[in-house]
Amino acid sequence: MAAITIIVNGEERDLDSELDLNDLLRHLAVPEKSVAVELNGKVVSRIDWPQTIVSEGDTIEVVHFVGGG
Amino acid sequence: MADSFHLAGTTFESRLIIGTGKYRSYDEMKAAHAASGSEMVTVAVNRVPLDGSSESFLDHLDPKMKILPNTAGCYDADHAVRTARLAREALDTEWIKLEVIGDQVTLLPDNEQTLEAAKVLVKEGFVVLPYFTDDLIMAKKLLDAGCPAVMPLAAPIGSGMGVQNPANLRILREQLPDATIIVDAGVGVPSDAAIAMELGADAILMNTAIAESRDPAQMATAMKLAVEAGRLAFLSGRMPKRLYASASSPIEGAIK
Repeated sequence: MAAITIIVNGEERDLDSELDLNDLLRHLAVPEKSVAVELNGKVVSRIDWPQTIVSEGDTIEVVHFVGGG
Repeated sequence: MADSFHLAGTTFESRLIIGTGKYRSYDEMKAAHAASGSEMVTVAVNRVPLDGSSESFLDHLDPKMKILPNTAGCYDADHAVRTARLAREALDTEWIKLEVIGDQVTLLPDNEQTLEAAKVLVKEGFVVLPYFTDDLIMAKKLLDAGCPAVMPLAAPIGSGMGVQNPANLRILREQLPDATIIVDAGVGVPSDAAIAMELGADAILMNTAIAESRDPAQMATAMKLAVEAGRLAFLSGRMPKRLYASASSPIEGAIK
């Protein structure tokens, strides 16, 4: 598969090929605990990560929790 | 104790809800949380850093505490709704402190966008706790939309100005006797917390007043006591204010 460019948390990222969300998080070295993922504006449930393929031009948000008031 | 705080089917013994921001260290935060007696803490949703530096903030919270994610940093209904959905997915909780900010300098809430987001989120099954300005009509609209409580500010977020709006908080209490009112933002010192509770708030949410104090654990204890004192005072009913004195000792029988 061809290399693709996606946007993760506002940053452009080049990938060698399309990946599923599980592999993408592993590739980004993001701990999976207590994170949530949005693909093109829609939340993707954790159980759907393995079947969800990230393609050219996709916009992804990966969030976790931080201190706040 | 009989005077528990009931919110959306959950019972709390503490009427103090605290934040997790601005602490100088995790140890200070943990000590403050423990001292506060609080049973619910709020956390923010944020992008995971992609430089590998991410760590699990939630590990630093007492697992007995209920976690209330918030939509801080959102400036329109759409972002707040998306943030709430992400928080629900990550934490498996329906509860959300809805915060839609209208202006970066004052961090005052955008009531219109807050209401719009609240309507969407309630329909999706969220327990929506909205931060808003102390407006009675907006409070009614938020409650009508299905919010189980409303969270008026007492002063701008992080300002520590104290209760700037006692009249409006009183109006909210008197006109909405059955509504759950949580004062969110503005408390600087324990007397502010006591005043808000004396005015009839059901609970108070605060962060900076504890986190930015020199001794957060000690300040948390002071806030706990102030919230309890204010609550007891509200339940006891204050004496009427009088312009002139009213003698406490008998006037009859004083020696001449």
